[in-house]
Amino acid sequence: MQFDTPATTNPIDRLKVVGQPIHRIDGERKTTGRAIYAYEWNDPNVSYAYGYPVGAAIPKGRIKSMDVSDAKKALGVLAVVTTLDVGDLKKGDFNTAKLFGGDQVQHYHQAIAVVVAETFEQARAAAALVRVDYAEEKGAFDLEKAMDTAAKPEESQEPDTAVGDFDAAFTSAPVTLDETYTTPDQSHCMMEPHASIAAWNGDELTVWTSSQMIDWWRSDLATTLGIDKEKLHLMSPFIGGGFGGKLFLRADAVLAAFGAKAAGRPVKVALPRPLMPNNTTHRPATIQRIRIGADRDGRITAIAHQSWSGDLPGGGPETAVNQTRLLYAGVNRMTAMRLAALDLPEGNAMRAPGEAPGLMALEIAIDEMAEKLAMDPVQFRILNDTQVDPENPERPFSQRNLIGCLELGAERFGWNQRRGPGSRRDGNWLIGVGVAAAFRNNLLVPSGARVRLDREGIVTVETDMTDIGTGSYTIIAQTAAEMLGLPIDKVAVRLGDSRFPVSAGSGGQFGGNCSTAGVYAACVKLREAIAQKLGFNSEDVVFENGQVRSGNRAVPLAEAAGSDGLAGEDTIQWGDLSKTHQQSTFGAHFVEVGVDVATGETRIRRMLAVCAAGRILNPITARSQVIGAMTMGVGGALYEELAVDTRSGFFVNHDLAGYEVPVHADIPHQEVIFMNETDPMSSPMKAKGVGELGLCGVSAAIANAIYNATGIRVRHYPITLDKLIGGLPDVA
Amino acid sequence: MRAFTYERASSVEAAAKAAASNPEAKFIAGGTNLLDLMKLEIETPTHLIDVNDIGLDKIEPTQDGGLRIGALVRNTDLAAHETVRRDYGLLSRALLAGASGQLRNKASTAGNLLQRTRCPYFYDTNQPCNKRQPGSGCSAIGGFSRQHAVIGTSEACIATNPSDMAIAMRALDAVVETVKGDGSRRAIPIADFHRLPGDTPHIETVLEPGEMITAVVLPPPIGGRQIYRKVRDRASYAFALVSVGAVIQSNGTGRIAVGGVAHKPWRVEAAEAELPNGARAAAHVLLADARPTEENRFKVELVERTLAAVVSEARG
Repeated sequence: MQFDTPATTNPIDRLKVVGQPIHRIDGERKTTGRAIYAYEWNDPNVSYAYGYPVGAAIPKGRIKSMDVSDAKKALGVLAVVTTLDVGDLKKGDFNTAKLFGGDQVQHYHQAIAVVVAETFEQARAAAALVRVDYAEEKGAFDLEKAMDTAAKPEESQEPDTAVGDFDAAFTSAPVTLDETYTTPDQSHCMMEPHASIAAWNGDELTVWTSSQMIDWWRSDLATTLGIDKEKLHLMSPFIGGGFGGKLFLRADAVLAAFGAKAAGRPVKVALPRPLMPNNTTHRPATIQRIRIGADRDGRITAIAHQSWSGDLPGGGPETAVNQTRLLYAGVNRMTAMRLAALDLPEGNAMRAPGEAPGLMALEIAIDEMAEKLAMDPVQFRILNDTQVDPENPERPFSQRNLIGCLELGAERFGWNQRRGPGSRRDGNWLIGVGVAAAFRNNLLVPSGARVRLDREGIVTVETDMTDIGTGSYTIIAQTAAEMLGLPIDKVAVRLGDSRFPVSAGSGGQFGGNCSTAGVYAACVKLREAIAQKLGFNSEDVVFENGQVRSGNRAVPLAEAAGSDGLAGEDTIQWGDLSKTHQQSTFGAHFVEVGVDVATGETRIRRMLAVCAAGRILNPITARSQVIGAMTMGVGGALYEELAVDTRSGFFVNHDLAGYEVPVHADIPHQEVIFMNETDPMSSPMKAKGVGELGLCGVSAAIANAIYNATGIRVRHYPITLDKLIGGLPDVA
Repeated sequence: MRAFTYERASSVEAAAKAAASNPEAKFIAGGTNLLDLMKLEIETPTHLIDVNDIGLDKIEPTQDGGLRIGALVRNTDLAAHETVRRDYGLLSRALLAGASGQLRNKASTAGNLLQRTRCPYFYDTNQPCNKRQPGSGCSAIGGFSRQHAVIGTSEACIATNPSDMAIAMRALDAVVETVKGDGSRRAIPIADFHRLPGDTPHIETVLEPGEMITAVVLPPPIGGRQIYRKVRDRASYAFALVSVGAVIQSNGTGRIAVGGVAHKPWRVEAAEAELPNGARAAAHVLLADARPTEENRFKVELVERTLAAVVSEARG
């Protein structure tokens, strides 16, 4: 199906199933332990072996030799495969660093061997016996020091943008701000580690894994192993979180494949937690300079956002400036990104890549600017709203209700009770509130699905879409149920299998809208097939209450299916509606914090998010996504930082004891409101995404609340107590 | 984790004897720290002596009105014990500030005293660490040292002791009772139990090889307001940046022990003498010889401010 004109009324608009607060259809399996995750697949007829990875002990250099003789002799060991054994391997398209193969070490904990044994414990013990002789090379690990040598990224990244005359407008503006903000490297820290089981059958390979993107993995794994993609079968039905850390093929799958080949048996490999932060990808640190000029009435006349980030050679920038191109009005504007070559592990996508760190900076800057103007920060944002792309005023937003989010949020939150910095106190707590805008673009990715109706009247949806905890199973079932006029328990959903049609996958908050649109397209095909079989005119056919009806004639779906059943398969393809119209999602985050007057410890007291993100397909799963994202924003604001040892070139706090994410005690109260909205430009579903919107701006709202509580402006995340303690009032 | 043999000791004497006969053996109680370290091959005992079932799990009054806490009493049970809650509130509060419910259910009193540092370089076997591999160097000095010690450090090590419970034990003047392989017993004041790193940071206590803790004894209760204030980035399940354990009497005198600042629970009696002159005066004496790194300099002020808040709370 080609979606190139705005959606009109369609069966989804009935909203009998779609849009309803339906609990996860896979929830019972998850809460009872019957949802099988990658490492847990267990065929009682198969004798699995266990692989344990070895990570490089240096950040950069060459492996001169590896001695695996002791490891091979160790109890239970079946095989040892080293990076030297396999030689140079082709790298897949999506990774910057190679995952395995060859003698070059590009970053700390890069996989250099896998030890396969009868048991996990034997493999782990033998892995410690692998001895490596390195020729270490000097590397660059310090972003701040590398700023001067940072280069302009590829033109496809649009590293430099400019409209009007920023310099002149900024110089002449009566009120200006020029500040620099920093965000640290962050780790995804999903619950389930990267894990794979590989089983060879001749030249065919089956891999159970934990992947957000089945087809990307399949291509890249085939490329890495040098096998035909068609010989590779990938399955990832359940995923214990990803946050972008499982977008791209990881070493566990590659090591499992080599290990299984060498051992002649299916092999399980999971990345040990302490290996994950350095072995896998991370959100890169940024240094951001923001300049804003405004007239005395508060209208922005000039806005500039520059960002520096680093990555391995061949990598890309953290696109932290992109939202500044669209979020606020202003005739004179520029953005710039510069990319430093660093020899730290690969920087890559983490939930709301670009937007999250960009808004961490921009939305503090807006708060600071409002204060300079003596304006309420909500009002300042409303005043500078734009309904068109500021770089191209001919191009409107398809929907943009940032103002509505801010106004409703302010009302519900009690924003009018906000007072000046450092003026509210509750016992030992300094109390403050903060606001930030949330903004994330809506991306459109082709997505396919196959839908079958069987003679029992059950509809089965198959697509290689993944459910990373987001609720994909449920919203896909809702979509098929709505399209075919069935209750949701008549729909079965099968996901995450490379034998199914290629979907959008889970990423960029496009998965929900795009994958359901793909299911919509397939259901249209199935409806046509049913109508055709019954001799109905497909134009006036109605699917409802388990029946298909045309005029006076109604046939139960099971009967229509016949003994062979019927199927429909299609892929949603996107026209240029996203070019003619800017499609984005909006929101407003309001946060109240307490800062301990003695210690500077910040604790969240309450959070509110108001989101305008098109049709909400399921308010339960959508809310779950948003509160999870808000929680992640708390981590980003207050704790999360991969500490770089700039001498030794690695992330030091590479486990969950050292890298702190929020725990339940940190999150007392969260509220989410969805604006009643549909966007006919976005898809037949009229939906968008919320998974990343929920994170965008949260950390800045917290930073702004801390300022309101203490009068201390911290521009360097995370906002830990050491950055506050020097400015707090004396303790009696 | 390296392969090891395992035995379940049947008595205190048998456990001590087994340890004396095998220098590569370790006792295992709750295993909440040891097993993690074994998985990473930071600890590599070839033999484990399980002491969970040798009758050391009782809390009993002593003749002089104190309390004898068996080495194997679980942190959860100790924190919830009626006498502890009534007479040694500092201990109960310190225990509950540590770890998680699940870990406290397993963790033992003796094991808590013996838990090892959480320095991330200690945990990464690729990195030099004098504590893990004597003579290899200290990666934390000049490295990521936000969590590290500010006082009592050496050129060899700036690690902290991560225990919350030990801070309370130090303030309460607990005594550690032990048995050696030859059956001889001794009582070690908590002040002497943990060592500063010096040139031998891998030796963390005065326990001799094979010596086993049998109990921790608390002297008779001393009353006062007993407060444990743990300062950390997140609200739970995190090690202390600094912590203050205090017993403040109504006349303004008191005891203070501080965590998160040194290789052992940090208590300076001369600082306590300054308490009537205020928290700042006491803190200045307490940390007079502090040598923080750039990254943990804040701890000096944080101790002072936290202590001030604790003293204020005790008064109020």
